[in-house]
Amino acid sequence: MSRLTDLSLREARGGLTRRSFSARELTEAHIKACEAARPLNAYMAETFDQALAMADESDRRIKAGQGRLLEGMPLGIKDLFCTKGVASTACSKILKGFKPPYESTVTAKLWEAGAVMVGKTSMDEFAMGSSNMTSCYGAVTNPWRRKGDNRPLVPGGSSGGSAAAVAARTCLGATGTDTGGSIRQPAAFCGLVGLKPTYGRCSRWGIIAFASSLDQAGPIARSVHDCALLLQGMAGYDRKDSTSVDKPVPDYTTVLSGSVKGLKVGVPEEYLVEGMPDEIDELWQKGIAWFRAAGAQVIDIKLPHTKYALPTYYIIAPAECSSNLARYDGVRFGLREKGGDLTELYSNTRAAGFGAEVRRRILIGTYVLSAGYYDAYYLKAQKVRARIAGDFREAFKQVDIVLTPTAPSPAFGIGEMMDDPIAMYLNDVFTVPASLAGLPAMSVPAGLSGDGLPLGLQLIGRPFDEETVLRAGGFLETAAQFTAKPAWLEGGHA
Amino acid sequence: MAIDTTTVLKIARLARIAVKPEECAPLAQEINGILAWVEQLNEVDTKDVEPMTSVVAMELPRRKDEVTDGNIRDAILANAPEAEAGFFVVPKVVE
Repeated sequence: MSRLTDLSLREARGGLTRRSFSARELTEAHIKACEAARPLNAYMAETFDQALAMADESDRRIKAGQGRLLEGMPLGIKDLFCTKGVASTACSKILKGFKPPYESTVTAKLWEAGAVMVGKTSMDEFAMGSSNMTSCYGAVTNPWRRKGDNRPLVPGGSSGGSAAAVAARTCLGATGTDTGGSIRQPAAFCGLVGLKPTYGRCSRWGIIAFASSLDQAGPIARSVHDCALLLQGMAGYDRKDSTSVDKPVPDYTTVLSGSVKGLKVGVPEEYLVEGMPDEIDELWQKGIAWFRAAGAQVIDIKLPHTKYALPTYYIIAPAECSSNLARYDGVRFGLREKGGDLTELYSNTRAAGFGAEVRRRILIGTYVLSAGYYDAYYLKAQKVRARIAGDFREAFKQVDIVLTPTAPSPAFGIGEMMDDPIAMYLNDVFTVPASLAGLPAMSVPAGLSGDGLPLGLQLIGRPFDEETVLRAGGFLETAAQFTAKPAWLEGGHA
Repeated sequence: MAIDTTTVLKIARLARIAVKPEECAPLAQEINGILAWVEQLNEVDTKDVEPMTSVVAMELPRRKDEVTDGNIRDAILANAPEAEAGFFVVPKVVE
């Protein structure tokens, strides 16, 4: 039998049902893998005792014939999710030591479905970043390496710890959150499938807020089917989140027919951006050819406001973050620095607790919301956002799904791109538009770069049409036959 | 609309983030870089466009104005950096 950590979530489920191994054995195998993978720094907290207790409960259930959807499945949980009694810090110094007395809705649903938490995964501080470099627990190393080059690479971000953890086979899947690409870009960088559902599909309750009109939870896993299973466990209406949408959750695994015959696939010319490496465009063309060969109808579409998505995002997201992060004041939880009076206590605490990127975004957000600048920046951005969403609405009159690259480059080196915030922001050029429009979008590993790193293609769907995204994604996965493995699994990072 | 160090100090005060004098110039430069970059939004015609305030077109759900939670003082105070006798402790506010 192959190693238990090499199984997909779907296969592991089958194995548990057939009693080929126990949930405890499955969890123990992943705990061992976690321990071996500590040099990657993917987890900010390990919860092995809890994991084993959860696995034992799963074994009891399975024995009693009461196995649930994700019974016994070891998962990594992004540190943005509040988990009861377990450190939940958004990888920020300002929340160090915070142990929530409650559980986020999404993780509560996963536990109710039988899943097992092996640990909390690292991320960019408050989910602000595309490299995982801004985590207060230090950089996370991507399990992949360039061919013949042993320099460490970033796993992407902000859900970089989740992606590295799944790619290194330390868990069968992980939760991520995506505000502007934070599930899709790390999934692409680590050769994984990452799905950002429609805004409102998964509850935001108990997820530490960054930009509330954009934040959405979703799965990162090693296959489309695994993502479908995880989404099934995560999605659903929650009255505790006023933007959660009360729509039934379909059975996502039944839509993976593999057929895209007659599917109308939109290809937006605006995603051919200047300076994009040829190999990314070539992969995109390959993807188009696969769909065409399978009987899909490929249609050129226009999304004219695409180039304005990033600057729009970098007004809206900081504005919302400056408001959301006002709660970190050194009084009710987390870090406190001394101050002569209350204002000084606030200011000193926040100066010491927030990292450079978070501080920068809070300051920009405060500025664009301040008297005299609100209309010029924030209101303008909200209007451009309406135009961007309108572009997609028009396009979806013609097509069922949009196919684009996920990121403009493969994973880059640790420490690169740190000097210029805008260069870092450009990582999200293809993922931010769907976020602004609130649309479901998924990255599927589709090929390797010239130097042997995974590249992803993105599928964007209509609101609440995760089914078509998953169906097209399942097809893309089969067509691409992505079987390459990260260097970490081929003998580690010597 | 380039911002200067005085504006940086003003924003930092509004955001309640202490900024050291030597940090002001680099911060101003970074923020100006980003603000110059977002200027391109002015190319977009947004006449008669309603600002998008919500992704999903739906009414904000309402519920009855009644207590649904509570009596969890100790849980709320459990993470406080400083608490005493059931209260959060802060520096003296009223002289």
